[in-house]
Amino acid sequence: MPIQSVNDFVVRFANVNGSGSASANQLFARSIIRMGVPVTPRNIFPSNIQGLPTWYEVRVSEAGNLGARGGTDLLVAMNPQTWADDIAGIEPGGYIFYDSSRPIPKSQFRDDLTIIGVPLTEICNKRYTDARQRQLFKNIVYVGALAALLDIDFAEVEKLIDEQFKGKEKLIAPNHEALHMGRDYARANFACPIGLRVRRADNVGDRIFIEGNQAAGLGAVYGGASVCAWYPITPSTSLAEAFMAYCKRLRVDKETGQNKFAIVQAEDELASIGMVVGAGWNGARAFTATSGPGISLMQEFLGLAYFAEIPVVLFDVQRGGPSTGIPTRTQQSDVLTCAYASHGDTKHVLLFPEDPYEAFEFGALAFDLADRLQTPIFVMLDLDIGSNHRLCAPFKWDDTRQLDRGKVMTAQELEAGKEFGRYLDVDGDGIPYRTLPGTHAKRGAYFTRGTTKDRYARYSEEGPDYVDNMERLAKKFDTAKGLVPGPVARPASRQTDLGVIYYGSTSPAMSEAAAMLAGRGIHLDLLRVRGFPFSREVTDFIAAHERVFVVEQNKDGQLRTLLMVECGIDPAQLMPIVHYDGNPITARFIDRAIGEAVNQIKERAIP
Amino acid sequence: MTYLPKPKFHHPDIETNSLGFSHRDYEGPISTLCAGCGHDSISGAIIKACFELAIEPHRVAKLSGIGCSSKTPTYFLGQSHGFNTVHGRMPSVLTGANMANRELLYLGVSGDGDSASIGFGQFAHAIRRGVNMVYIVENNGVYGLTKGQFSATSDKGSKSKKGVANTDSPIDLVAMALQLGATFVARSFSGDKGQLVPLIKAAIEHKGAAFIDCISPCVAFNNHDGSTKSFDYVRAHNAALNTLDFITGQAPITADYAPGTVEEVKLHDGSTIKLHKLAADHDVRDRGAAINALHRVQSRGEIATGLIFLDDEPDDLHANLNTVLRPLNRLNDADLVPGSAALDKINAGLR
Repeated sequence: MPIQSVNDFVVRFANVNGSGSASANQLFARSIIRMGVPVTPRNIFPSNIQGLPTWYEVRVSEAGNLGARGGTDLLVAMNPQTWADDIAGIEPGGYIFYDSSRPIPKSQFRDDLTIIGVPLTEICNKRYTDARQRQLFKNIVYVGALAALLDIDFAEVEKLIDEQFKGKEKLIAPNHEALHMGRDYARANFACPIGLRVRRADNVGDRIFIEGNQAAGLGAVYGGASVCAWYPITPSTSLAEAFMAYCKRLRVDKETGQNKFAIVQAEDELASIGMVVGAGWNGARAFTATSGPGISLMQEFLGLAYFAEIPVVLFDVQRGGPSTGIPTRTQQSDVLTCAYASHGDTKHVLLFPEDPYEAFEFGALAFDLADRLQTPIFVMLDLDIGSNHRLCAPFKWDDTRQLDRGKVMTAQELEAGKEFGRYLDVDGDGIPYRTLPGTHAKRGAYFTRGTTKDRYARYSEEGPDYVDNMERLAKKFDTAKGLVPGPVARPASRQTDLGVIYYGSTSPAMSEAAAMLAGRGIHLDLLRVRGFPFSREVTDFIAAHERVFVVEQNKDGQLRTLLMVECGIDPAQLMPIVHYDGNPITARFIDRAIGEAVNQIKERAIP
Repeated sequence: MTYLPKPKFHHPDIETNSLGFSHRDYEGPISTLCAGCGHDSISGAIIKACFELAIEPHRVAKLSGIGCSSKTPTYFLGQSHGFNTVHGRMPSVLTGANMANRELLYLGVSGDGDSASIGFGQFAHAIRRGVNMVYIVENNGVYGLTKGQFSATSDKGSKSKKGVANTDSPIDLVAMALQLGATFVARSFSGDKGQLVPLIKAAIEHKGAAFIDCISPCVAFNNHDGSTKSFDYVRAHNAALNTLDFITGQAPITADYAPGTVEEVKLHDGSTIKLHKLAADHDVRDRGAAINALHRVQSRGEIATGLIFLDDEPDDLHANLNTVLRPLNRLNDADLVPGSAALDKINAGLR
């Protein structure tokens, strides 16, 4: 029996890298959003540029579930190389759409699948003579055919094409034509729509559709960043590029054409962070964007920035481990390395955005926090948020908001004789005043070094001076607890002694899983952690529950470790639910894992 | 007696510059380096150059890496902000600082270990980018703080204090700087202030990447027979291509020239470099010829010193990045934050 579903299914495009499929696939996804139905696409791109497999998965969910679901209902099989695995991944009773220009033996399919063959190559070869046109329009032809098969409103697809080619109007008609060729073929040869169908709804609202990296780059513009130094690394590259693009649009002096920003592609991550440290020391808001291996290379500088108390912002778009391959998949596996980056007793402030909206918010906030706390601030994105388009609330900006530059002593204050000690805690919050180079002719200059200094930045190798400084830094870190975004609690609909802590890109899958589990009678209080150091609310939440599941996307349960160590929690109270195969965590996975864990707890409870 | 603070009083008739500052206003605390260290002479030369140019001390940012040389910024320009960064990474920190505020004078002090080994890459890339700075390497051929290991600028065959000969080829930072596009390249000797001070002054006035390799013998670990970086060896093998006087617009020309060819190089800010050519065929404005001259002198077993190359119309990083003239660290909210109206427009484009 073929799957029957309206506004709730997964389409997976299996493509070949470099074939121009990306924009066609996005056109497909956007046209459904324009019909008011939430859609979440995900790129799965192995570490290649051309000729090798790449996938684009589109989850259509009127209910608004934005996490990965797992499984495929409709496969658009455009890559013979991955055919067998792709077919195996289709749900029972699913659909396969393929290019039937060349016959494929029946044995290559599955009996339970509905087979939709459209001779895409043949159609394109007949219509076009140019090889590149044949290739590119093939993608548009399949979008046309799919629109007909899934009952997508054609007017929406055409409107998107018109918008896309605004300014290049010559391209509009040929694209419409290709779209129509696909539609007409599908209508003539298949009963349209098939069992999977898109029906107009009103569940998108005013939400926007954007990648997390782009949102974070824009956040950096609004956060007042004027210096960016970076080194290309997947999946963070598009963040620096987005910052650059937005700066060109928003930060060029209209009269002179000169830039109110400076961006340098450094020779490596060591130089990137070095430049950011230099600029932060000198009073400009500066950041770098990187991923795990870059964080590893930056360790020494991060310690210096911590001890010298220099405002620095890092966007870590997390991925898997070393070299290439899994690294272009998603993970949340840099939590510990960032929290404790560098040598000596260091500890850093982390922010965990859940989606592009928070990537923008925290992206801007990070610069205020860096200046306020005079320390490195890590914005912990990951590939799933960073490199995929996501529906999210529209960005907001309060025009009365002012950049918080923190404690910077001015020339007037120095002139007036205000006492300046670079590492002197005058307010009891552990945060000292700093001066910027060049402020005053006679006062306020100091020598910046790592740990070997007293409260007045004089060279000192005395033990008590060192301890004094470390104690003040600890106080400062305590102050940070009240400044980082607090956790978001979502209590269960009924009383429960089970809690869940999660963060970042796990958010949509967790929300969906909680509903699935509640449907089975497992009720969970949810707490989404948004910052480190953990505030009192986090420890109170743990204390209020007998068991707390910590759901995350790494092998060792890194946030769980951080909770145990930093909050002194009994390990038995925190149960790890970890997913780390490089694919985004799914509601199905969380549902099964927590379900099994709850069963085990129950079994053990019965003597 | 380095543990004693410097007395604050000075002679009532002490010489002052046009800002009313005396030499003492350009000093720092007493050096903790070994007595007789070449680096202290370089600190002295920096102090003298800044005093004579009447630089406001607080408008200088002095940055260094790690090592004996990198300790020296503490000992000069006490009214300047200083930054002792991490080993070999001063160039990137300086670059970032310069990006943030183009108006200060950036003085990068490094050593041969710091710049030719661990920081070779950062040295190269800061120069490539044309960062407006004075980059001084206090080059003694050894690691001093870790007690006498060879550095990458040690000549092949040069002997360590324990008598072991270095087997690796040396890195010539001057040749590297020339190749990498530095627009001011010089080499000097810590024992020759007459040559060094005007070179530093000219480098300060240069609005691009200025590099000075200053041979600075290590009295503790590299000042023995068999070393090619000892005082005696450098004195005996110093082949000065030129000596120079640096004359600012205001300062009277008082120097006494020894016979030789004198060439005047007028700079854009109105100052002049008077070059006494000792090697008649050396053209400081020909990069290729400078590289050749360097090799020629080296093949004679000598060390070429003086102003080796000068491009008096340098590009700098800010010109390349087309940044506004106002330092980025002085941009205010209105400059930086595009506001809600712009954001609404962006939102509209994302639906």
